[in-house]
Amino acid sequence: MSVDTATVKRIASLARIAITEEEAGRLAPELGNILGWIEQLGEVDTRDVAPMTAVIPNHLRLRDDVVTDGGVRDAVLSNAPQAEHGFFAVPKVIE
Amino acid sequence: MTELTDLGVAAIRDGVQDGAFSAREVAEAFVAKVSAAKQLNAFLVETPDHAFAAADAADKARAAGEAAKPLAGVPIGMKDLFCTKGVPSTAASHILEGFTPPYESTVSQKLWDAGAGMLGKLNMDQFAMGSSNETSAFGNVISPWRRSDGGNAPLAPGGSSGGSSAAIAARLCPAATGTDTGGSIRQPAAFTGIAGIKPTYGRCSRFGIVAFASSLDQAGPMARDVRDCAIMLEAMAGFDARDATSLELDVPRWEAGLSSDLKGKRIGIPKEYRVENMPSEIDALWQRGIDWARDAGAEIVEVSLPHTKYALPAYYIIAPAEASSNLARYDGVRYGLRDLPDGANLQDMYAATRAAGFGDEVKRRIMIGTYVLSAGYYDAYFTQASKVRTLIARDFDAAWESCDLLLTPTAPSAAFALGEKSADPIAMYLNDVFTVPSSLAGLPAMSVPAGLDGHGLPLGLQVIGKALDEQGVLNAGLALEQRAGFAARPEAWW
Amino acid sequence: MVDYRIQGATGEWEVVIGLEVHAQVTSNAKLFSGASTAFGAEPNTQVSLVDAAMPGMLPVPNRECIRQAVRTGMAIDAAINKWSRFDRKNYFYADLPQGYQISQLYHPLVGEGSLDIELDEGGTKTIGVERIHVEQDAGKLMHDQHPTRSYVDLNRSGVALMEIVSRPDMRSPAEAGAYVRKLRSILRYVGSCDGNMEEGSMRADVNVSVRKPGAPFGTRTETKNVNSVRFVMQAIEHEANRQVDVLEAGGTIVQETRLYDPDSGTTRSMRSKEDAHDYRYFPDPDLLPLELDDAFLDECRASLPELPDAKRARYEGLGITPYNAGVLTAEVETARWFDALLEAGAKPVQASNWVASELFGALNRLGKGIEESPVSPSQAAELLGLVADDTLSGSLAKQVFEIMLETGDDPAKIVEERGLKQTSDTGAIEKVIAEVMAANEDKVADYRGGKDKLFGFFVGQTMKAMAGKANPQVVNELLKKALG
Ligand SMILES: [Mg+2]
Ligand SMILES: [Zn+2]
Repeated sequence: MSVDTATVKRIASLARIAITEEEAGRLAPELGNILGWIEQLGEVDTRDVAPMTAVIPNHLRLRDDVVTDGGVRDAVLSNAPQAEHGFFAVPKVIE
Repeated sequence: MTELTDLGVAAIRDGVQDGAFSAREVAEAFVAKVSAAKQLNAFLVETPDHAFAAADAADKARAAGEAAKPLAGVPIGMKDLFCTKGVPSTAASHILEGFTPPYESTVSQKLWDAGAGMLGKLNMDQFAMGSSNETSAFGNVISPWRRSDGGNAPLAPGGSSGGSSAAIAARLCPAATGTDTGGSIRQPAAFTGIAGIKPTYGRCSRFGIVAFASSLDQAGPMARDVRDCAIMLEAMAGFDARDATSLELDVPRWEAGLSSDLKGKRIGIPKEYRVENMPSEIDALWQRGIDWARDAGAEIVEVSLPHTKYALPAYYIIAPAEASSNLARYDGVRYGLRDLPDGANLQDMYAATRAAGFGDEVKRRIMIGTYVLSAGYYDAYFTQASKVRTLIARDFDAAWESCDLLLTPTAPSAAFALGEKSADPIAMYLNDVFTVPSSLAGLPAMSVPAGLDGHGLPLGLQVIGKALDEQGVLNAGLALEQRAGFAARPEAWW
Repeated sequence: MVDYRIQGATGEWEVVIGLEVHAQVTSNAKLFSGASTAFGAEPNTQVSLVDAAMPGMLPVPNRECIRQAVRTGMAIDAAINKWSRFDRKNYFYADLPQGYQISQLYHPLVGEGSLDIELDEGGTKTIGVERIHVEQDAGKLMHDQHPTRSYVDLNRSGVALMEIVSRPDMRSPAEAGAYVRKLRSILRYVGSCDGNMEEGSMRADVNVSVRKPGAPFGTRTETKNVNSVRFVMQAIEHEANRQVDVLEAGGTIVQETRLYDPDSGTTRSMRSKEDAHDYRYFPDPDLLPLELDDAFLDECRASLPELPDAKRARYEGLGITPYNAGVLTAEVETARWFDALLEAGAKPVQASNWVASELFGALNRLGKGIEESPVSPSQAAELLGLVADDTLSGSLAKQVFEIMLETGDDPAKIVEERGLKQTSDTGAIEKVIAEVMAANEDKVADYRGGKDKLFGFFVGQTMKAMAGKANPQVVNELLKKALG
């Protein structure tokens, strides 16, 4: 499996990880190797096999519709790199 | 008199209860050891006050004639993947530097409720991604063990729970928490001559544990012997309504149920685990384990787990895919690191923050995970891996037709030197070849120390059980432990 | 049937419309956390650590949100999937703390259904609903509080939404408008969404494409978050015309996300969503598959109210005109009020006319909704009863109703206290008629001379003299006799 630097950059952009040209060059063969190794999975005949959904048989529990949380703004904002007037602040977004 | 720090969980608990020593004395002894062992880099944060407060509470309760809590007077180490209220919790990543959770993980809360105190937060592979503790943003953990050849090459304590394994092996704490996604409790336990158990998926709540791969992550205890693991696991496990995958089951009394009599048990030896290039010492150790199991009364049967070979590649699709999504929340908006270059817009800020905050291995896995989920690749990679996962689970189900437990080596080698494998990700991944299949199937599995290799380094044996049969796993572990008589310990050089 | 067509330079174009309506599920707490969903709170006060995506926080689903989505599905005769699951939709945005939205792509809770819309030109049309899935709402970004920063409020983050995805079955802005109105009506009947579009409880992503009639579907654009029926119609009209212009100028339509600007009534490309097409959906590993049992589904079905179409048909069966039946069933509050009126013994036809004219007129004047009506259904039934048994004439009833609106008193009490009873006492009426004729001898002569139109004048004078309390029928008869 060969991965080119354009692909590396596209994936890095999707993952929101800034990379330099040099890093892209280094990562391309590295990811290529790992993906190549992973590709042996294609050998396995999985016709009529369902993808695993729950590793241990278990049912999704549903909770009651009761307000049990919230009202903890200080805790919510306590670790924020930038919080103002009760909001998280981020660089201005233009929509 | 033995040093207090040489005592394990049961001995400390019993000693405090009997009045042989006070919990305060125990805490002071361990706190001193921790602060003197900086060279190991096992602790990221030391929390002596937490340990002392728990100890004083235990002593006070005893003086007042109150019934002792199950871990009263026992100070432990907490892997830094567990969020602890008011104590920095970083998952050993720069991206969480300075993060102080306003909440407590369920497992750590249960331990405090059981009377345990915290000596500190333990170093680990960043976001639990690694098998050698070389991916921590805060430096490698150095194993207390050294090769007997006189070389002083620093060795890997295993990973990702390498701070936990090193601290226990070096007698800095009698027990610690670990987490295991593909072997992160068992492999470091094996590398450092201690015991560790990953319970059935869903036994321990994941609430408040920094997520790596949600469908695989399980917390579990690490300690020097099987009994101590049983005591710890009893305190850590249990239903939690805040984790939708938590099992709604009572916690068995595993310590009380311990028995090393394996009569009537059939122990399977999976033939596919005899991998190529396995060191003969590992093979020999495995054979000794088989003999010990037979000696304990078990019947030995050969079994086949035909899809074993595909477990690692399936794991390296599923775990990175989940991780790529789980780690999307580290974006510099609500907590942790923010890198905002001049003139950067929001998306630039994300990319800069994540580039600066994540280590190489974390980035690598996020990239792999992003790739396998991306348009056009999802079915070929993720869906196929999820189907293979079904087949791997079916392999185990088929094996349980002819046996009750499986016995395998824990890792394909003893501890390697730091730096030895870090340049080759796949070589590093192969370390988890024996631990990953049971993780994919959600099964309980434990590593017990079983012997030393030619360089005087510990080797572990792994016992895998059916879902929910932690008792069977612990009992087999106990039988092996008794026969192995593992007493080696690293000589203090730190 | 009149087809909606856009006249282009190259001929007629047909518009193809599909809607994805996001409807906020009525619930106390959020979909995956215990924080409140109440509207209008201080920023970030209705946020749990789960909603803020703190490390290690996990989602646990709210049963009521699932239940309401199932009931909604049942209300549009949709297939309910007893096995569904949640997927993660991955993208980065400041209003999305987890870096993914928990949604349902591969196995939605509700499958195929449909609803009927009434067409302006008469008749109905069935619009297919492809699916309804349950997902999390995002937080809110504010751009105008600071010159260089946007502010993030997570109060809405994690509130449950139903995404109701229609088939591309609509062919005009009017049909789309009718669809949204009908859907809103159904949601409000079911009680699964309050339908409050101003507060954002319901908003539509509008998918529009154009084609030459009979040609295959064209490339569509998606205009996001349009929050009123009128805007939906405007956005379609603008977008369809824009596409026709582009195509006729030799251009091609780019499949893209667009934004509707209510001030100008136009749509524009949304740059911020440009690279958001690869969402990397996969099953949420924090959640197991959602499996519903028969008892749960039975309860959902049993708790469904009579729905608008059924109610309308029932009203028509009672002799109510189709027009009135439509008016009375469009809004759930009206229908509920009207049902209470019937329950209290009012005669359906008389009651429907009275509600559609008198009550609606009065409420309009007062600027009140029917749920705030000063007159209760049982009071109204009593009033209508007094008309039916000839105690009140139509005009007396109007008077009594006005007093009821003002005082809130029961009609019988008003009639009693103010002596507003209608009289059919022929002696008293004849006496007044005699007086009126005596006072207007010239007009009597004119009438008798052939000016028939003057009859109304004598009725009016007689009624006036009797303070409106005379039975008009009796007045008519006696006047005819007296005037010869
Ligand atoms: Mg949409
Ligand atoms: Zn949606």
